[in-house]
Amino acid sequence: MSKTTALIIPAYREAERVGAVVRSALAQGLGLDVIVVDDGSPDETAQAARAAGATVISHPYNLGYGCALHTGYCHAWRQGYERLLQMDADGQHDPAMLPRLVDALDRGADVVLGSRYLAGDAPPTSFAKRTATKMFASIASRWTGMRITDPTSGFQGLSRRALECVVNDGFPEDYPDTDVLVQHHRAGLKLAEVPVRMHIRQGGLSMHRGARIAYYGYKMLLTLMLLPIRRPTPLRARDTVARWS
Amino acid sequence: MIADLAHAVADVAPLLDRQRYVALGVAAAVVVVVFELMRRRKLREEYSWVWVATAAFVAVLALEGNVLTAISAFVGSSSPVWTLFFGAMVFLLALALQFSVRLSRLTHRHRTLGQRVALLEAEIQRLREQDAGERAPERRAGERATPNRARDIVA
Repeated sequence: MSKTTALIIPAYREAERVGAVVRSALAQGLGLDVIVVDDGSPDETAQAARAAGATVISHPYNLGYGCALHTGYCHAWRQGYERLLQMDADGQHDPAMLPRLVDALDRGADVVLGSRYLAGDAPPTSFAKRTATKMFASIASRWTGMRITDPTSGFQGLSRRALECVVNDGFPEDYPDTDVLVQHHRAGLKLAEVPVRMHIRQGGLSMHRGARIAYYGYKMLLTLMLLPIRRPTPLRARDTVARWS
Repeated sequence: MIADLAHAVADVAPLLDRQRYVALGVAAAVVVVVFELMRRRKLREEYSWVWVATAAFVAVLALEGNVLTAISAFVGSSSPVWTLFFGAMVFLLALALQFSVRLSRLTHRHRTLGQRVALLEAEIQRLREQDAGERAPERRAGERATPNRARDIVA
């Protein structure tokens, strides 16, 4: 069974926003299958997403943003989707920009990154977050050999080839951004960045907030340093999420 | 070298009887608590042996004071009590590190399990919906047939 395009939306405590995001994505007329991964939300996120027309996968408990994305990837992989788009459920990512990601995938890119900075009208963020983004953009650009302006963007598109890389068990459980881009580059995937419009988040809590930004910086630097010398995650059949048992 | 060590051993103050009894008491208490936890099924056997072995080791050190004195001389300590505390600290550090490794492995498995449950539930839901869709025409046909059968029964 081969399907065309899945849109993965990881969501946690987004009952008030996810419905509008799903409806807006479906209204783009791209023939998308919208899949919301509810990351163990205590509110009505799953019901709101289902009512808006999405397929919902619910984690039994909160596992984190990276895990929610990974579950979506594994679902798309199992269901045989040819390509995948991903966006956040908090209203930051404008569904009207989805065709730009699809176009870039059609032009042969394996990984497309929607950049708020290329468009020139990025919503304001905190100084700490801006600094971290600049630093990791510089590292990612240097490592991949191409200009990357928004490595923390969760507004992305992946080809089936890229999907094969991210369904492995080594996918980071939290903050999957610069390290994943570098891994894509090392796997020989073609990266591209397209300008997208983003909005100020409509509500909820950012995972880049307060002391978490310091942990994010520490974790990302550590992961990047370990990347060239780290052993691959052992793929035991019983631990592999992507595989059908 | 051996002569130096023998000299150092002579410099180390021997373990007092009271210290010896306290150490033995602590070792016995550890064994009792570990057995009680296992009896209540709060501690698995696989994690108990480390504590039982530790208690046995402390008991041996208390009973055989020369061993502790020799170790103290070797590490350059003038007091066997300090050596005991230092050894306990290193041991607990190693244990904590080992538990961190186990915790990392369990976290990975717990997350994988959660993800697989979520995916399987989604698949069950999809198959149910597919099944319901396939049965709907059959049900509609059955519903049309029912009044006819009812008429037959009445007749």
